[in-house]
Amino acid sequence: MTGSAPLLEVDKLVKEYRGGRRLADRLTGRPETVVRAVTGVSLSIARGEIVGLIGESGCGKSTLGRSILRLHEPTSGRVTFDGTDVTALAAPAMKAMRRRMQIIFQDPYASLNPRRTVGEIVGLPLRLHGLARSPAEVRDLVAAMIEKVGLKSAHLDRYPHQFSGGQRQRIGIARALVSHPEFIVCDEPVSALDVSIQAQIIQLLTDLKSEMGLTYLFISHDISVIGYLSDRVAVMYLGELVEFGPVEDVLARPRHPYTQSLMSAVPEVDRPGHRHRVRLEGDLPSPLAPPPGCRFHTRCPFATDICRREAPRTETVGPGHTAACHRLSENLSLLDEEQA
Amino acid sequence: MSATEEIIAAGPAEPARETPFRRNMRAFAANPLALGSAVVVGLFILMAIFAPLVAPHDPADTDLLRRLQPPAWLPGGDWAHPLGCDALGRDILSRIIYGARVSIFIGAAVVLVATTIGILAGLAAGYLRGWVDVAISRFVDILLGFPYLIFAIGLMAMMGPGLGNIILALVYKEWVIPCRVVRGETLAARELEYVEAARAIGASRGYIMLREILPNILSPVIVVSTIRMAHVIILEASLSFLGLGVQPPTASWGAMVADGRAFILQAWWVSTFPGVAILLLVLAINVASQGLRDAFDPRFHE
Repeated sequence: MTGSAPLLEVDKLVKEYRGGRRLADRLTGRPETVVRAVTGVSLSIARGEIVGLIGESGCGKSTLGRSILRLHEPTSGRVTFDGTDVTALAAPAMKAMRRRMQIIFQDPYASLNPRRTVGEIVGLPLRLHGLARSPAEVRDLVAAMIEKVGLKSAHLDRYPHQFSGGQRQRIGIARALVSHPEFIVCDEPVSALDVSIQAQIIQLLTDLKSEMGLTYLFISHDISVIGYLSDRVAVMYLGELVEFGPVEDVLARPRHPYTQSLMSAVPEVDRPGHRHRVRLEGDLPSPLAPPPGCRFHTRCPFATDICRREAPRTETVGPGHTAACHRLSENLSLLDEEQA
Repeated sequence: MSATEEIIAAGPAEPARETPFRRNMRAFAANPLALGSAVVVGLFILMAIFAPLVAPHDPADTDLLRRLQPPAWLPGGDWAHPLGCDALGRDILSRIIYGARVSIFIGAAVVLVATTIGILAGLAAGYLRGWVDVAISRFVDILLGFPYLIFAIGLMAMMGPGLGNIILALVYKEWVIPCRVVRGETLAARELEYVEAARAIGASRGYIMLREILPNILSPVIVVSTIRMAHVIILEASLSFLGLGVQPPTASWGAMVADGRAFILQAWWVSTFPGVAILLLVLAINVASQGLRDAFDPRFHE
């Protein structure tokens, strides 16, 4: 949002998954099933910024993160990283680009190969990208990285199963950072951890960010984590970005009814009973058959006819603050209801 | 990082535990039946390797005076030929000992070649998906549609008998089994986060298939391969019984059973003892591989 060019720019990114169409389906003329996990998301991230991406399970936030890194090939749209169109890169150039954009995974148990030692796991990026001249240098760099994330270099020859969840997550962070990337997708890096460990890992991530000059896309379903870390927040619902803006605006004065319902779910210690909890009815609709019009209308208390017919446009509601809702001008708020 | 670093660095990692493979092997050793069967299989293998030292006679030596001589404990037998002699007066025990070489060599060779092909094809189908998967999987389905023995008989009839041709005829279909196992395991493993992590740091597809996925799916493949070895030994015996296997005078269990068929009423031992040898080896391999499967299947632990 500053004058300089953003480090990462996502433009109308779409990711569809096509269901396998069997012969019987073709013969009976049943149409191919298409899941639109991400439907035309645009956002930009400035260098050194942390953008929090929030939404409930299945809304497509992990898919968005992985599509940006081309771990899942985007169906359409563009991802520009530091002026380079990542989505157009051929394999060798993409491999080189992968050194600069990395990912930290949610599950510290599944994300480490159980048959590799910590030294091998963290050393792999260095060896793949030829970042060290000798095995001894690989080992030195790995040892330095492993100590930077709070483990000991004596741990290098151990296997992942010999570590706790928090320690494993540190190993995953070391693997992501050892090649000195600039941009990291943090895909719910603390959701699988105990609360006490969560705080340590978040602290580690913020320390490393300032030390190594990193930029994060931080994916979470935990508003308090997002609120604590982020400079800007993006709210996703059923594959779409419904609200995006500076953290203090979006969390303090949410404009989209979905964001408001998320905020109302945050327990407040200092003002007990002040807010009333807005319960959304029903489940997240299936992305196989998303509702027409505004995707949120099936659960939105303010939904009207136009919401059921037409998809809302994204509008600017404040400095750097956008939201997609038909009734923005009416200044409705779920959060004020009980005071009214 | 300072405060948290202290906490983590001070907290020792869990004490070193044994690797899953060693734990599985310990579970295997704790099963007396399976361990005993493995010992029996080992004895058969030693017998095959050291056949010239173990066998009392040359397996091809004919002595028409000893034609259809009964086993030692029956009237007319003697301990020079403990299991008696066949229609050409050859020592049955020696021929069984030498016959183990054929059965075990063919069993091991077929399983080894078939498993190698199956692993490569299964990895490619399961990891690359798309048209590679369709091509390999449909080919596998077609091969599965042929009855195994008829298919092998047809191939042997086309290629002619011989050790190399038997192995080829059996490998043609045998690779399908490890291929299906590997494909299934690969489909599950390719979605794991450590595979995605390897892609995220720019590892090639070959590296991911062979170095990240393969080591983690090898256990079920080893188990299936040992079970299949018993099947292959029976198939080889069947081909030899039908005269399509190893050609005389090389001793082969299946051919020995066939040789004795004409005299089964006067000299039951000619067919029976090689048949018992097949039974013992196949049974031992099956029980041992059952034990192996139980030991490697985590559902049987704890």
